[in-house]
Amino acid sequence: MKKLINGTDDVVAEALQGMEQAHPELKINHELKVIVRGDAPVQGKVGVISGGGSGHEPMHGGFVGRGMLDAACPGEVFTSPTPDQMLEATKAVDGGAGVLHIVKNYTGDVLNFEMAAELAQADGIDVASVVIDDDVAVQDSSFTAGRRGVGATVLAEKICGAAAEAGKDLATVTELCERVNAQGRSMGMALTSCTVPAAGKPTFELGDDEMEIGIGIHGEPGRERRPVTTAAEVAKQLVDPILADLPYERGEKALVFVNSMGGTPLIELYILYNEVVKLLAEHGIEIARNLVGPYITSLEMQGASVTLLKLDDEMTGYWDAAVETPALRWGA
Amino acid sequence: MADATAVTVEDLVAWVHRFSEVIAEHADELTQLDSPIGDADHGTNMRRGCRAAVEALEATGPEDVTGFGRAIAMKLISAVGGTSGPLYGSFFLAFGTAGGATHTLDDAGTVAALRAAVDAVAARGKAEPGDKTMLDALIPAVEAMEASLEAGGSLRDAMAAGTTAAEEGMHATTPMIARKGRASYLGERSIGHQDPGATSSWLLVRSAAETLAA
Repeated sequence: MKKLINGTDDVVAEALQGMEQAHPELKINHELKVIVRGDAPVQGKVGVISGGGSGHEPMHGGFVGRGMLDAACPGEVFTSPTPDQMLEATKAVDGGAGVLHIVKNYTGDVLNFEMAAELAQADGIDVASVVIDDDVAVQDSSFTAGRRGVGATVLAEKICGAAAEAGKDLATVTELCERVNAQGRSMGMALTSCTVPAAGKPTFELGDDEMEIGIGIHGEPGRERRPVTTAAEVAKQLVDPILADLPYERGEKALVFVNSMGGTPLIELYILYNEVVKLLAEHGIEIARNLVGPYITSLEMQGASVTLLKLDDEMTGYWDAAVETPALRWGA
Repeated sequence: MADATAVTVEDLVAWVHRFSEVIAEHADELTQLDSPIGDADHGTNMRRGCRAAVEALEATGPEDVTGFGRAIAMKLISAVGGTSGPLYGSFFLAFGTAGGATHTLDDAGTVAALRAAVDAVAARGKAEPGDKTMLDALIPAVEAMEASLEAGGSLRDAMAAGTTAAEEGMHATTPMIARKGRASYLGERSIGHQDPGATSSWLLVRSAAETLAA
């Protein structure tokens, strides 16, 4: 294993120290591992928090700031944070208007956020939770833990953060988050595995001529292993299942998010995006907004995911609103 | 001897000490079980959490059953993390709440508190028997304990029956398809692997038998 680290036990703690140096506008609680925007709590504003295992940077800590998240709780690499962290984050951002927890659908994340919500409510804080489950690679049935939360999480954090910044109440921000989840679908693929620092070896093995379609963001297995093929063919293998799951009428608008899993460079991401644009044109889907880059990653894994969000005017407005975070910044 | 058994807070503390010991002994095995169908951290996380729980008990010295349950639960939740932290945390929190603000539990009270604890795990995890989880060891165990007490057995008899049932339940997870947690993403590929959560739960029941009804 080759990594730019000092020791496997200190990865998350030292990354937080570096983040504090790079972004003095954020407040970082090193003991409980909570990243909070500098002016929190904002009185009268709904607080929006999220959290999850580390290793997906910039999600979630890189999205803390005006117009997006009020706080984020990073867990150990690929491990859910704990309720005491989430409770601290909730208290730190509660400006009296309640707090929304945006939770990715993984068993550990959901259980820990549920306990945190109960603890916060016992402390008199109004908490609502939305579980994001946009990954079409997983069969959604009562026989699995359900679909995983992936790319739509980034879009929900941006859109709901903007609505909260605009002064919307907790019920409105929550409903909007549920709508983003209902209208968002994602599919990912990997060309290589990633190596969790504490494990020291790749999570899975892929041959030089193989790729895994339908991968999760922790190196979980995908739908199937296939021979490596062209970007055009990969685009089709990602977009087709999404459109099969949530069909579009011709002329409907989408936000297209093409994401790197960490190891795939932008030059390849733009090639993939170009292919996605062609495919969506064939279906008559209008790409109203886009986001291309590494925003929800899986350490150094080579691979990419595509997320389509069926946009309405309200979502588009909040997408365009000013945002000022380490990883997303416009209009500020 | 049945009427002479009373489980004290000191016995409960001994239970957690013993659980921590056996978890440490089996940590590598638990992590190996968690590798093919999970994320290869169950033994590591449980060992770290149980050690923290033991330290917390030594620091606080709980006075009643409720205080015992709460002290353990908060430590397991924060120090184990992942899925097992809140599940085992819920177990001990409910055990303490059901046990109440008392220093001793009688046989029926002990098993009733264990039943409340197991029900809390089921409610938190939204799982059922057959899902290939901790509950496949815990539910048969508490059912066997209840049946044993009802048939006039002592707490010792009940605990022995519970341990056997937990062990059988743990082995029964091997051919199951996982329906909860990370293993469920594997679908049929989860068949043939013993569930790591059911394995640590068997150790929990076994260490209860060794300390609460010794």
